[in-house]
Amino acid sequence: MPEASPSRARLVRVARLTGAPIRIFVDGAAVATQEGESVLTAVLAVSGHLRELDSNGELRAGFCLMGACQDCWVWFGDAPRGRACTALVREGLEVFTRPPAGRGA
Amino acid sequence: MTRVVIVGGGPAGIAAAAALVERGVQVTVIEEQRRPGGQVCRSPSPGVALDVDRLLGGDAAGFHRFHADFAALRPQIDWRPETLAWNIQGRSLQTVSNGALGNLGFDALLLATGATDRIAPMQGWTLPGVYTLGGAQTVLKDQGCLIGRHVVFCGSSPLLYLAAMQYRRLGATVAVLDTTRFGAKVSALPKLLAAAGTLAKGVALMAQLRRAGAPLHHGVTLERFEGDAEVTAVQWRDAAGRRHRTPCDAVAYGHGLRPESQLAELAGVALRFDATQRQYFPAADALGRCGQGVYVAGDGAAIGGAEAAAMSGRLAAIALLIDAGHAADPGALPARLASLRRFQQGIAQAFAWPAAGIAALDDAVPVCRCENITAGEVRAVIAPDLGAAEVNRMKAATRCGMGRCQGRFCGNAAAELTAAALGRQDQPLDRLRAQPPVKPLPIAFAIGAEEWP
Repeated sequence: MPEASPSRARLVRVARLTGAPIRIFVDGAAVATQEGESVLTAVLAVSGHLRELDSNGELRAGFCLMGACQDCWVWFGDAPRGRACTALVREGLEVFTRPPAGRGA
Repeated sequence: MTRVVIVGGGPAGIAAAAALVERGVQVTVIEEQRRPGGQVCRSPSPGVALDVDRLLGGDAAGFHRFHADFAALRPQIDWRPETLAWNIQGRSLQTVSNGALGNLGFDALLLATGATDRIAPMQGWTLPGVYTLGGAQTVLKDQGCLIGRHVVFCGSSPLLYLAAMQYRRLGATVAVLDTTRFGAKVSALPKLLAAAGTLAKGVALMAQLRRAGAPLHHGVTLERFEGDAEVTAVQWRDAAGRRHRTPCDAVAYGHGLRPESQLAELAGVALRFDATQRQYFPAADALGRCGQGVYVAGDGAAIGGAEAAAMSGRLAAIALLIDAGHAADPGALPARLASLRRFQQGIAQAFAWPAAGIAALDDAVPVCRCENITAGEVRAVIAPDLGAAEVNRMKAATRCGMGRCQGRFCGNAAAELTAAALGRQDQPLDRLRAQPPVKPLPIAFAIGAEEWP
């Protein structure tokens, strides 16, 4: 089993955000974000990882950060699984770092 | 000539579009991202107040020039951002944009698809906190985020020094562990002098980092990215073989760039093996002409950086104009581009791809991060007489290269491991074949379903 995920933020923000407040839900918990943030940076601001690898459960937090490696795939509440690095936050978006009930790969 | 399509809105694609528009040719530019710039001129997401001038320092002028040029060009082109070109069938580009499939016919196709980081697998490279060197810059430029507070920049690339200095300017503590010896850089000097300005910039960056107190080591051997649930240190040996451990909360890692050549391959362009870089590039003439109305430019054609990319974009556009019957003259551009690319061969020598290190990888190291396939699992299926004797056969037998990244991040290493297992390192490497779609598409799109899953 992987160790408990580190709860601290993985990324360090060095630029001010000026966008409108947007609330998303990460594994059911409300997270305050702002317009213009990617799902990847929003999740990694509150979590050390983005997902568990399908084959062995090890934690992953993305790798290429530019839409090529597909290692940042998360589950979305209202859309197919996909990349966190190229998706932007939007109001009410549900993001899951592990399969939500009733959803497979 | 009726339909000209450019794929890629970075420096190469936009320079090509500008050159065509100047001559009154209508162009459509397909770009996967929301905004133009590719990776090198990537702009902050709207809502992220990043101080680009402070981040880019002396390179800020080029960034602003690109975006000003694009703003002037934008009303004159058919600009299609957030559009992925995922296949080519005959004279038609298959696209997807906001969930809608499309077909875009072309008479001439100019591919300026760029590059991604070339990565050598390493014990611990899948740990959270380990990112590609390019990714460390992307998340900073786009989102205004650093990958960590204490970052080790390692591998073999001139961009190690550039990225480390960018992070230092924004408050991170940095260390650079360069796997190539300083001597290799000195012996590549004759080729590096082909672009003396760029060489001087690299040397100045090293000096700035030293003045900032950043540890900077040449000729290191990386041994492991250490950590359980996330990376906590880099273990390495210095050139004299002494062991070291550098604690960190993030790693930026890369060995130069690899071209995004999948669309060229799907368009029927032949690929040529570059023995210095030990990887394949689309075969093209000095202007970027591949035949049958296909042209390539930028890092997707030959790794060369932003300046060479813009120049090659302009040249490919000139080739396209000549082929369409316009009077166009490349002038001195081919000679200048050749000079920049000589510099790049010098860079490939000075910052070498660690072929021998990959051949010697421990069996337990994961090579394919999508499917979690180890070096040992790759070696186990490669038997000259019985099993997979070629990298695509190896892929079929192991799933290494079959995951969602489509071999972008394991392909170079898988080819080295295959060659080493077969004793063929001195021959052109095998290459994973490109497959459509070049990036994953939800199956619902492909079958036209309105519901998912």
